[in-house]
This record gives sequence, C-alpha cells and structure tokens, in this order.
Amino acid sequence: MPKELTGAQILLESMYREGVTTFFGYPGGAVIDIYDALADSPLEHILVRHEQGAVHAADGYARASGKVGVCLVTSGPGATNAVTGIATAYADSIPMVIFTGQVSSPLIGNDAFQEVDIVGITRPCTKHNYLVKDLTKLAQTIRQAFYLARTGRPGPVLVDLPKDLMQAKTEFVWPEEVRMRSYNPNYKPNLVQLRRAAELAVEAKRPLILMGGGVVGSNAGPALKRIAERFSIPVVSTLMGLSGFPCTHPLWMGMVGMHGAVYANRALTETDLIIAVGTRFADRVTGKLSVFAKNAHIVHVDIDPTSIRKNVKVDVPVVADCRETLEQLYQVLEACAKTTDFTADHKEWLDRLNMFRQEYPLSYSKNGNIKPQHVIEALSQLAPENTIIATEVGQNQMWSAQFFQFTTPRTWLTSGGLGTMGYGLPAAMGAQCAKPDSLVVNVAGDGSIQMNIQEMATIVENKLPVKVLILNNCNLGMVRQWQELFYAGNYMATCMTGQPDFVKLAEAYGAEGYRIVHESELMETLAKALSSPNPAIIDVHIDREEKVYPMVPAGAALDEMLLT
Amino acid sequence: MRHVLSVLVENEPGVLSRVAGLFSGRGFNIESLNVATTLDPGVSHMTITTSGDEQIIEQIIKQLRKLITSIKVVDFAELSCVEREMMLIKVQADDARRGEVLRIADIFRCKVVDVSLNDLTLEATGTQEKTQAIINLLARFGIKDIVRTGTLAMRRSMQPDGQQA
Ligand SMILES: Cc1ncc(C[n+]2csc(CCOP(=O)(O)OP(=O)(O)O)c2C)c(N)n1
Repeated sequence: MPKELTGAQILLESMYREGVTTFFGYPGGAVIDIYDALADSPLEHILVRHEQGAVHAADGYARASGKVGVCLVTSGPGATNAVTGIATAYADSIPMVIFTGQVSSPLIGNDAFQEVDIVGITRPCTKHNYLVKDLTKLAQTIRQAFYLARTGRPGPVLVDLPKDLMQAKTEFVWPEEVRMRSYNPNYKPNLVQLRRAAELAVEAKRPLILMGGGVVGSNAGPALKRIAERFSIPVVSTLMGLSGFPCTHPLWMGMVGMHGAVYANRALTETDLIIAVGTRFADRVTGKLSVFAKNAHIVHVDIDPTSIRKNVKVDVPVVADCRETLEQLYQVLEACAKTTDFTADHKEWLDRLNMFRQEYPLSYSKNGNIKPQHVIEALSQLAPENTIIATEVGQNQMWSAQFFQFTTPRTWLTSGGLGTMGYGLPAAMGAQCAKPDSLVVNVAGDGSIQMNIQEMATIVENKLPVKVLILNNCNLGMVRQWQELFYAGNYMATCMTGQPDFVKLAEAYGAEGYRIVHESELMETLAKALSSPNPAIIDVHIDREEKVYPMVPAGAALDEMLLT
Repeated sequence: MRHVLSVLVENEPGVLSRVAGLFSGRGFNIESLNVATTLDPGVSHMTITTSGDEQIIEQIIKQLRKLITSIKVVDFAELSCVEREMMLIKVQADDARRGEVLRIADIFRCKVVDVSLNDLTLEATGTQEKTQAIINLLARFGIKDIVRTGTLAMRRSMQPDGQQA
C-alpha cells in the first residue's frame, strides 16, 4: 500500500517540490498541524511579528529573487492581517502564494471561532484563490496556485486550508503537469504587430521607450538595453520600472510621472512614438489623460490584455511577454532598417533631451540643514553595486526613486500601485533572506517605519543585517507637502511630535542605532553603519521643510510641473 | 450600446461572485445575468446583458476572459444570434376585462398559466422588445407582479449556402 501523508505533510512536500526554500509565517489554532509537521521538513520558516510583515516579506523575497514568495498565516485575524500585504502584491503584480488556515470543514459557515470568509474577502485582490475542500485535490491545487502566481501577469494566489484537512491522511500524488483549460497566457508576440511596431519605429524621429514593472518582472532588462543601444532610443521609466535599465547609461532619461524628472516628462510630451513595455499607464504616470502624448503613436507591450487600451489609445497592441517581445522586436527592427544609422537619425532628439536635462536637472538647494536628497546621493555613492533599496511610502520613496542610481535589476522594492506605508521594512527583511550577501537598505520615513517596526525583532532574531535609513522629518511629510501646496498650509494631523528615540529603539531590539543631525557627520556615520555586519537603524534628522520636486499636481498635464 | 455576452465558466463554487464582483468592483453595468449548467456538468453557461461604450465593452470582455475560471467569452453583438426572454406576468382581470386581456395574450401567443377571480398570470416568451410591448399593453389593466429571466441567447447555425442567417 502506498504511504499516506497528512494534509499538513502534503502541503509542505508540495511547497518543497515547487522549489520553496524559505517562507514567512505566524502560527495559530487553524495551522498548528502544519507547524507540527514543519519540524520534519527541510523548509526554512521565518517567524514574523505580524502577519502583514509575513506577506510583505514574501513580496520582498519575490521581487529580489524572481521566485514565488510564500507565506502562511492562521485563520480569522491572521488572514485579515494579511490582506494589506496581498493587495500590495496584487497592485504590483508580484508572484506570491499565501496559505491561510481555515476552521474545520464542518464548521465553515457557522460563524465559528476565528472564521472569516477569506476567499470572499480577497477575491478582488488576488489573481485567483482557492478553498480546498477535498484532500485528494490538495497537491494539485498547490501546483496550480504556484503556476498561476508565476505565469502570465504574475500575482498573489491564496489557498485556504481547513484544519481537518491538514489532519486527515491520503495518498500523496504529485501531478507532473499543470493543465487548465481556462488559463492559457500568451507569451509569443504576434508577428504582424511586431512588424507594424518596427515600421513605426523606423519612421519615428523622436522615439522613446517607456518601461514599467513588467520589464523587471519578466527579466527583460538586457533585451531592452540591447534595443535601446542598437537603435539609439532613449529610455524613461515608471516608478515600478526602476532598476530595469542602468541609471548611469547615456540613454537613460529618468523617471516619469508625478515626481518624474522634467526631462523625462518632457520626453513623454514631445515624443512621436512611445514604445511602452510592461506598464499600465497609471494616472500617476500619464497626468491629465486628454493631453497625454498627444502627438505620439503608441506601441504597447503587455502580457495582460486588460492593460491595453484601458487608459490610453494604442496604435499597436502586443499582448505577450515583455522579454520575448523585445528579443524578437530587435530582429524585426534589424531586418526593417539595415541602411539607417540611428545614432545620426536620433541625434537631434537626444540632444534636445540632454539640453532639458542640463537646464532642469533633478536638484535641491542647500541651506545648512541635512537635505534628504543629499542623504540618498550619499547612500548611492557608498552602496556597492548590488545593493537592494526597499522604501516606505511618501517623500522618502520619491527621493529614493529620484536620487539613487540603480544599475542592477531587482534592486528596487517599493509599493508603487497601492502605496502601502509599512511595506519597506518587512520587504527588506524578505529580500535579505533571498540575497544574504547583498546590502539591503530600507529607506523610511519616521511615520511609515512605525507601521511595521515590530519586524526589527524578526530581523535581529534571524541575524539579518538589514539597514534602516530613516529620513526623519517629524512629519507625515508627503501629506504635509500636499497641505502646504494645495490646502493653504492647514497642517491637520501630519505633525508627529511624539516620535520615539529611534537609536534607543534600535538598541532595545538588539540592533545598532546611529543618529545623524549635522551634515558634516553624514558620510562618515553612514559609511560606518552600512558596513556593519549587524542590523542597524540610522536616524537622520533632515530638513523638515524639504519637499519633493518636480511635481505634477494631480490631474494636471505632464508639462505643468511645479519646479520649486 | 447594449451587448449580450455569452460566457462559459467552470461550474464551481464562487464563480458567480467572481463575475458579479468584477462588474461591481469596476463600475460596469449588468442589465441581466442568468446562469445554468451546460451538457457538460463541469461547465456553466452565463448570458450577461450589459451596456457601455466600445472601450468599456472591450474592457468587460477582457476582464471576463482574465478570470481564471472563465473558459470562453463571446460577444453576440458581432454575431447573428437568437435572443429570447421569458416572462411571467400577473395582470388584474375581473370578469369585465378578462376577455380583453386574453385577446392581447392571444395576439402575443402568451400562455395562461394561472387564473383566479381577479387576475390572470401569463407566460410570455420572445425578444425583449416583445416582452416590453406586452408590459406596455397590459399596464392599463394593472400589473400585479412580473418576473423575467433576462435575455438568453444562442448563436445561429450556418445556413446551407455557407452564410450565417
Ligand atoms: C497605510 C497607509 N496609510 C496612509 C497613507 C497615506 N500617506 C501617504 S504618504 C504619507 C506620509 C508618510 O509619512 P512618512 O512615513 O513620515 O514619510 P515622508 O513622506 O515624511 O517621507 C501618508 C500618511 C498610506 N500611503 N499608506
């Protein structure tokens, strides 16, 4: 007779077969059987301090490694605590599998202790979700969950596991193949569309590549660089696309959108052909839609057909994998355009953009206080090549995006779609688990850091040398900025006077604490903290009045930027 | 513009709420929706009547296709199809007016499915224009209750000359 396994054992064995090595979780009554079985499994489990931390950690792990992030939480409050993390991953298309405990099958629907309908709650913020009702289908369901999470447009998939199923036994059968008649993502670009795209590109006088998070997600960075270089096309990026193209490259034209560089938004306004790759033209990118890229043709490459023609009109839609499309587009372009010297062709365009860059560089003025932009520049200078930057949300996020020089894909972790404060610290923790040899820095605001500060304990417990760089302005800075600019300086509920002593807090957790209050200490203290083998919090007291510029006010056109 | 969509989905729990949630979450409009199993008990067929401009309809169709549980989505606006709706309608009809109500019922080939001293219940089948016309004509007698299935639709077959009817 074949050996029977419990549901809990099947779960762990299936995770192992899916290539999971590390996952994040928090126990409770509904998952205690899984934890019981974990003692005999080779999987590494990181015990977090809050379920939201587990999900963001799995997210950071996934973004840094390209693998599917995994977490496990208990039923009821464990599951609801996970929801913000799931919605964050969904908004940014991050491959993730979330296992939630559920009350025993006979109790489902009875308002049992710690019962919530987590499948119902997460339906709009998961790529798909399952309630497992039949133990013999458990392995197959897990296989499908991983398959869905990592293929097509990636996303979080939730699997709800009733407690009685985890205890019951059945024969373990691993399905070698996943086949779903109702799910068949298309990776191959349509050749006719590629040819049309290439024809437009050959004709264009002012072409521009706009890349989004899909370029990073599909590992399309090298293919994109090849096209840009060969055909001399400048590259701009959304917030999510950062790290996909080296910021040190002469064709790099910066980040677009609400806090994009003048020259980047100028490029989007003046271009006659946008080759948009792995982006969904979100409102933060386009500004006022009716005047967005008025004179441009648009080629839009995305694996998700719903992204195309959702917000902007598109001339050439290409529903396919970004990397495969760019690789093939290179060939098609080459065939279309043998005789043309693109460097000469696009020289005027590049000169014009570089002129804008010179005239309106990203800048800030010094006044004796520590400027946050200066801190990020210093960080960028000191950080070794593969440094991973995870941010919180607000000004800290935007200054990091503007002033850190990314050179390597998957080194930029930020909650772009949902804008979740509290994302950065647990995401940095997850990334450090995936990349133990990389320097991982969480750039934080003094507000956001307190949303998941408890994960410092997890970080210390697991000897993860994560560095937390707090740009401390004693304010919810980004909201305050809006109040200053658009609400007549009515600073309601944005000043935080009761902030803790972050250095003591670090020490209380068993990490190192550093404080920087004078510009003159910045380089030395920062260098010392970053080179420590231990986790550390670096509390930098920045100029409280500093704002993020340039800024396109919500609803304004991209060329209507506030510069100071 | 009104569109009738035919959607084949996996017959499993929660599928209806995935579809309904998609419409409500994105502010799309559902005029009618009906669902029942097909010859294959693992597959259900939904007929959804919706409306919106071209871009919205395109999004609705793409979003429906994106649901992991949907197998096939067809927009009948692009195809020739048969559309029917069934309606049960209860009309006030005392002795004095029963004859006239029955005459109207007869013209529209309605079946009388229930009768009492004061009212008649009719079963009507047809396109939505037809059921609407029946309602309009019977309104003056006093309509006590109405239930409608919403539109059901099926694609027409090829005609012998190879043309779609
Ligand atoms: C969970 C959550 N709550 C509220 C907000 C709204 N919000 C956006 S930025 C911001 C201020 C963030 O302040 P802080 O972390 O100190 O960063 P700073 O902007 O000062 O760099 C707030 C409250 C949010 N994005 N996320």
